[in-house]
Amino acid sequence: MAEKLRPVDVVTIGVGMTGIILAKELAATGLKVVGLERGAMRDTVPDFQSPGEHDELRFAVRKALMMDTTRETFTFRNNGSQTALPLRRIQGFLPGTGVGGAMVHWNGQTFRYQVADFIYRTHIQERYGRNFIDPDLSIQDWGVTYQELEPHFDRFEYLCGTSGTAGNIDGKIQPGGNPFEAPRSRPYPTPAQKEPYFGALFRKAVDGLGYHAYPQPSSNLSQPYTNPEGLTMNACVFCGFCERFGCEHYAKSSPQTMLLPILLKNPNYEMRTNCQVLKVNLDSTGKKAVSVSYVDGAGNEFEQPAELILITAYSLNNVRLMLLSGIGKPYDPRTGEGVVGRNYAYQTSSGPLVFYDESVNVNPFMASGANGTMIDDFGGENFDHGALKFIGGAYIGALQTHGRPIEWHPTPPGTPTWGRGWKDAVARHYNHTVALNVHGTSTASRANHLDLDPTYKDAWGLPLMRITFDFPDNDIRMSAYLTEKAMEIGRAMGGTAVVGSPRTKPYNATVYQSTHNTGGAIMGSDPRTSAVNRYLQSWDVPNVFVVGASAYPQNSCYNPTGTVGALTYWALDAIKNRYLKSPGALVPA
Amino acid sequence: MTDKLSRRTLFKNAGVVGAAALTPTLLARSHAEAMPAAEIAQASAPRARTAPAAARTAYIFFNAQEAAFIEAAVARLIPADERWGGALEAGVPNYIDKQLASAWGGGERLYRSGPWQAGTATQGYQLPFTPAELFRAALAAINKDLAAKRTPFARTSAEDQDVYLKSLETGTTDLGGVPASVFFAHLWQATIEGFFSDPVYGGNRDMISWRMVGFPGAYASYYDLVDRHGIAVTRAPTSLSQDAAGHVHVNPNIPPKVP
Repeated sequence: MAEKLRPVDVVTIGVGMTGIILAKELAATGLKVVGLERGAMRDTVPDFQSPGEHDELRFAVRKALMMDTTRETFTFRNNGSQTALPLRRIQGFLPGTGVGGAMVHWNGQTFRYQVADFIYRTHIQERYGRNFIDPDLSIQDWGVTYQELEPHFDRFEYLCGTSGTAGNIDGKIQPGGNPFEAPRSRPYPTPAQKEPYFGALFRKAVDGLGYHAYPQPSSNLSQPYTNPEGLTMNACVFCGFCERFGCEHYAKSSPQTMLLPILLKNPNYEMRTNCQVLKVNLDSTGKKAVSVSYVDGAGNEFEQPAELILITAYSLNNVRLMLLSGIGKPYDPRTGEGVVGRNYAYQTSSGPLVFYDESVNVNPFMASGANGTMIDDFGGENFDHGALKFIGGAYIGALQTHGRPIEWHPTPPGTPTWGRGWKDAVARHYNHTVALNVHGTSTASRANHLDLDPTYKDAWGLPLMRITFDFPDNDIRMSAYLTEKAMEIGRAMGGTAVVGSPRTKPYNATVYQSTHNTGGAIMGSDPRTSAVNRYLQSWDVPNVFVVGASAYPQNSCYNPTGTVGALTYWALDAIKNRYLKSPGALVPA
Repeated sequence: MTDKLSRRTLFKNAGVVGAAALTPTLLARSHAEAMPAAEIAQASAPRARTAPAAARTAYIFFNAQEAAFIEAAVARLIPADERWGGALEAGVPNYIDKQLASAWGGGERLYRSGPWQAGTATQGYQLPFTPAELFRAALAAINKDLAAKRTPFARTSAEDQDVYLKSLETGTTDLGGVPASVFFAHLWQATIEGFFSDPVYGGNRDMISWRMVGFPGAYASYYDLVDRHGIAVTRAPTSLSQDAAGHVHVNPNIPPKVP
């Protein structure tokens, strides 16, 4: 029997980046806020300190900071004719667990999406005609524009202290930055990080080819920085243990470094860790959420009533919780009806390798998670697709983040898979190879979706979420075209060989590609094709907001965290200044 | 011995005192410049191959027959050469033994609910075996198969050993319920981990693989080196255990003040 707790004003389900930003602001208005987190508390000191932090096996291979797949995982299949099976180990993407969520172990790559990204279907149809889009694609507009989000991108970057070189300030192109970027209202809070050797090799080649090199925007800071909340972060020292690790130096922006200490000082806030949320409970009308059911670490069940419920877990888990709670109509790929689980998308990437002779010491272990050099000449809508048979694009860069040898020991084609030949090749090429990254869009399709698995359950007896995903043909054509562009750059980089291949079908969930799982609870202006309105408010249950990359109608070619940050502040603005004054639907359904 | 050079010694040699007052930038500089040239030369010289270490390994998971196969197999997967020892010299059998005896071997982070059925390659591992169960089942089948041959595997020629390992890598033979290729993939992954992971896990003895490829290990800061493009980094690598002894990563600004 669940113990019913005293009501509070607000519950956040998940204490990661979005939950912490929202809780901090709402608790500051005097509301009583409870944060429920399935994992444990962890902080820079003592949890992320050396020597233990620089342990590739524990963190990068065994994935100590990631969700515990002993208790819950996802099932996966490439298409609806297959039986989905559980991902018995998490390999292809890495949702975190614990306070701070996946933003603890991220790389810090902090982008804004383009103007066209937010009006994607409209833009493509206007530029290329209505018939240009493959009929199996279900791309759509976001219901919010870049111009509306700009102040919120700005606020998020200044919270993080993001290091970068502006390319476009109020429409004026800036030297050294990305000339294709959407206009920003002011420079990055801190200058770009230093350029490692692999970035310099890439820059020289793309300069010669007439492209526009710029430093990757990074939330591993180039210099000490005090953010508007008053928290001070330090300069990144390029230790090469970034993604999959916490930062020991207070140099990577994370909830712990940029906001959490302020939130924890507010007596209006209570954080409860090791609490697994089972369900959001609705009243008899099904249009109002009344409480959250959860189980604590000792197995005790509780019901926490609240006026406002913010679903702020990892994107995939946001969608699962909506499905488990009956919030919104589940998507049915056969009829195209329903919204929850619709438009699941990912990232379509490839990674050519440039091999050098032994005189070129790349030293890949001197790296932060986001200190690459890159071009946006082929990003999204920055080039004309008229003569091409696809939509979407990719940024291309030399973006190495580490030289940890269990994961990084490149060998050229023809190398034996083991034995003396393999060993010689590893010794020969480890420090003399540059990896390029072709980081491409993921266009939503009718077949790719999320729903509850009919067979497999988690440790609490609830259905796992089922992922049905394969790369749409459009994205395969995009990857073929842009991987070849990257190979051309590679050949201009002065190496002895360039090796690479575009992304191919089927999508393989056992190979790490990215933790950019998007969609499933998408935002929009039509309740028939979106699960949440333009303020991330559930169309069906207005006292529930669902915040995260789950709101993306499709995925851009840029890493998603910056846009999640902007959307979080955008939703916060609507909650604080409109919803709290007059609770109810912010957009008529 | 260079490998015993502690972080404290590094600071002493550089004449740096009061490390606690250093800024991160200064810390980085001291890392880069602290080591005298003679020691750099010594550190970068390849070490003579150490004697096969297997005899010294105290096995807590493998039985004698299993250990004999693992030692012989990893010695072919990553063999010793004129310059660098291989998986056996690096203590990989010891690493695998300790991993299989640990929570990892027992199925840590492995979703273990049924029903069980074979899937596509894109869905990944779908067998009920924990890593420990998988090695035990497959090694029993392998040793039964090899017992029928006249010469023990460990004493057959390197060529014959390679042929047998190749047959596992590409084979579909059922090894006590484990397809041969699945067992081989587990063995190879464990061998790579044992060769390249920090020595605290019982492999990568003397940081042999790190010295081979030039990975500096659990070293914290390259702030002043990252833009010295193409420099040769010849310092001896650092393991977690050395770092624990001479903890120099502490940032003097940690924790920063909360306003």
